[in-house]
Amino acid sequence: MTSQLDVEQLDAGYHDLQVLNQVSFSLQPGEIGCILGPSGCGKSTVLRSIAGFEAAWRGRILIDQVEVSTSTFSVPPEQRNIGMVFQDFVLFPHLKVDDNVRFGLHRLERHEQQARVQEMLAIVGMLAYAQAYPHQLSGGQQQRVALARALAPRPSILLLDEPFSNLDVDLREQLAREVRNILLQENNTAVLVTHDQNEAFAMADQICVMNEGSILQQGSGYDLYHRPANRFVADFIGQGVIIPATVESPTTVKTDLGLIRGENCIDLVPGSLVDVLIRPDDIVHDDDSVESAIVVEKAFRGADFLYSLRMDSGVEVMCLAPSHHDHKINERIGIRLNVDHLVTFPRT
Amino acid sequence: MVPASIRVNKLSSQSASFPLRLPLWKPGIFLLTVLLSLPILTVASFLLYPSNEVWQHLRATVLNEYLLNSALMMLGVGGGTLVIGVGCAWLTSVCVFPGKKIFAWALLMPLAFPGYIIAYTYTGMLDFAGPVQSTLRELTGWGPRAYYFPEVRSLGGAITMFSLVLYPYVYLLSRAAFLEQSVCVLEVSRTLGCSVWSGFYRVALPLARPAIVAGLSLALMETLADYGMVSFFGLGVFTTGIFRTWFGLGDAAAASKLAAILLLFVFTLVIIERWSRKRAQYHHGSNRYSSLPQYRLRGLRAWLAIIACVIPLFFGFILPAAQLALWAMQTYRSTVDASFLQLTLNSIMLAASAAALAVALALFLAYGKRLFASPAVTASIRVVATGYAIPGTVVAIGVIIPLAWFDNQVDALLREHFDLSSGLLLSGSLFALMFAYMVRFLAISVQSVESGLGRIRQSMDDAARSLSYTPAQILLRVHLPLMKATVLTAFLIVFVDVMKELPATLILRPFNFNTLAVRAFELAGDERLADSSSAALMIVLVGLVPVLLLSRSISTARAGS
Repeated sequence: MTSQLDVEQLDAGYHDLQVLNQVSFSLQPGEIGCILGPSGCGKSTVLRSIAGFEAAWRGRILIDQVEVSTSTFSVPPEQRNIGMVFQDFVLFPHLKVDDNVRFGLHRLERHEQQARVQEMLAIVGMLAYAQAYPHQLSGGQQQRVALARALAPRPSILLLDEPFSNLDVDLREQLAREVRNILLQENNTAVLVTHDQNEAFAMADQICVMNEGSILQQGSGYDLYHRPANRFVADFIGQGVIIPATVESPTTVKTDLGLIRGENCIDLVPGSLVDVLIRPDDIVHDDDSVESAIVVEKAFRGADFLYSLRMDSGVEVMCLAPSHHDHKINERIGIRLNVDHLVTFPRT
Repeated sequence: MVPASIRVNKLSSQSASFPLRLPLWKPGIFLLTVLLSLPILTVASFLLYPSNEVWQHLRATVLNEYLLNSALMMLGVGGGTLVIGVGCAWLTSVCVFPGKKIFAWALLMPLAFPGYIIAYTYTGMLDFAGPVQSTLRELTGWGPRAYYFPEVRSLGGAITMFSLVLYPYVYLLSRAAFLEQSVCVLEVSRTLGCSVWSGFYRVALPLARPAIVAGLSLALMETLADYGMVSFFGLGVFTTGIFRTWFGLGDAAAASKLAAILLLFVFTLVIIERWSRKRAQYHHGSNRYSSLPQYRLRGLRAWLAIIACVIPLFFGFILPAAQLALWAMQTYRSTVDASFLQLTLNSIMLAASAAALAVALALFLAYGKRLFASPAVTASIRVVATGYAIPGTVVAIGVIIPLAWFDNQVDALLREHFDLSSGLLLSGSLFALMFAYMVRFLAISVQSVESGLGRIRQSMDDAARSLSYTPAQILLRVHLPLMKATVLTAFLIVFVDVMKELPATLILRPFNFNTLAVRAFELAGDERLADSSSAALMIVLVGLVPVLLLSRSISTARAGS
């Protein structure tokens, strides 16, 4: 299958400051990609480069197998057949909802425009508001209209720039799932930029974790969480602690918590010292276990408790326990190791 | 490092995010800036001009008087506008009393009166034959010289007149400052134990100081720029001195030197105003709209507040407007004739074309700034934006000197080579007048259009481009509809300012070309005050339009409350 979007070794920046460093990734038709990273990592610059608002210093970008950005030329944004959804919605305040959606359809016949506008408004559930002005809508409604507007011209690629960050937390994940369903329904290829991993997990098939202008790892949310390629990804995605360990055999390390076995690890040299990532779900609370630890901190999170525990050796780990296991601080509770994925990093 | 070939292509996110092929735009901006600053540079250059006999004479006789009178006037008008403006602003922003909402916008109405018109009106009302003194004599039976009555046509009278019509500048800016700042800060000060009144002195007033100073400098600029009132009152200040020297003594160089000194005063005010505005930005507390702390006035206090707001409104607008209307009703049969209609038409045509040109140039400049955000372009626009401070008299001199030079050069050239005389081509033409209006009023439209464009976020352009619109289409389909109101406001304000403008029109108008303002000035100069009322009333009524626009934005300014 030929890819819909290719970003190849892209370098870009502002003025004399290089922001992107050798950024590469591809998306197949219908795939939803996400660039996930802390603020200032350059993720928006990637998006603006794909849109054509920023030029490529080196490398190139292809949309539908056609070069749109290289170091020597740049197809203007309006000729790239892209759609874009912005963080602050950016609806045209002087146009009604339906006219906003119609805005990008100026090359179609009038009746085709009307049909497409109706269709898009129905898909995003905003038909009832066709005659409203943007300022009369809530943030979530505005973003739905913005999505309809961006999708109406059937863009090759939809670009979403932190589209949910101006919305209430409750609304964010709900809308993220809705948007994913809409994109799948329309078979759209899309790139989402966000700093919120839950949004990324809810929407994307492929996630690129980015920091300081470079992509550190690309994969599904599951891979990033359970098989982080480096410490930054391990730290940025999910929670966990890193504890010291000694390599026993190529598939086993010894820690204060006991022996941990795993496959698919980096080449482990027996006898060497490494660091092991322990996620809260790697530690199971079990009253019958012989191993125990003292509760140092606890955070009630509704369905579960997130406990910080201190082992007798002084090492601290985190443990996710069902919320009916309510223990006091300084209480000693039984724990058991249940590591499915052994993640080790060379000791630094 | 970035290869040089790529740098050329590199796009900046602040300015336009696309390569532009508009090679004439930027040079056009610079050319316009040079043209518009030419008059000011001309006048300023006379500071360095060696002094001549007439100048020596002026220095020995009247210069000190000009300086003293100007200083006293600024002091008096400063005090007057400060007390009225800040007082009313505080009452209408933080206190609650009957009629507050109406006062909040009505207090702007005196702004519709040009200084010279209120001066004529009060002179007509208060002079010996006027209604006030006649009634006084009838009631008391006093003889013509048996009592003391203050003379309107004096320095004190001028200070009072100016204070009555210029306080809205201070009122407007300090009220905005109170509304913005006191929300959060006053609440904090009250949690720290300040009462509403001590909060005013200790918190709100110091915070509003930059805004108040900015308003004050605007009022003083208008004071310095006035010619109509001071010449009617026979006061020796810079503007009247320039006229006397130019037309009485016939010495352009000495007149220009006076103008240059006046420019120094004005630039000081400009610097103070800009500096204050800059500081005012830092003093913004929050952009959150919460309800203001309100101090409810009852009984005597409420009455005092009402009286405090009624006095400037009554004497600054209602009374003089009523007097003008009365005179106009008595005299319109003899004054409103075909020639009056011609005057009105002249004024409207002149004002409308100046306003249209100002808006077109402002769009060109402000859009250029958005497209090429370079320091040189920004600086150019700042230079253009200084024009509003330059008195019309100074602008007129600055325009006429280079244009006359140009005319003479062309004439000499034609005589030499073709034995023809071109006479006066540009000076004394509508072109000269239009040029002067642009120097003085373009700033207003640029400011208006710039703020309108500034409210349209760059992401709006990005959104339109991601929907396959070219930059030109974006201008038509997105920017212009969004800026309709701003452009209209800019047009209206320049229109009204040109209608009211007196000294530059007086000096530069083509022979036999009259406007309402000039006619009112001439009639008043002939002591035919009642006859001037139709023209004056017309100017005031037109002047009310932008004031009402401003009032509307004042009442909707706090959308959240």
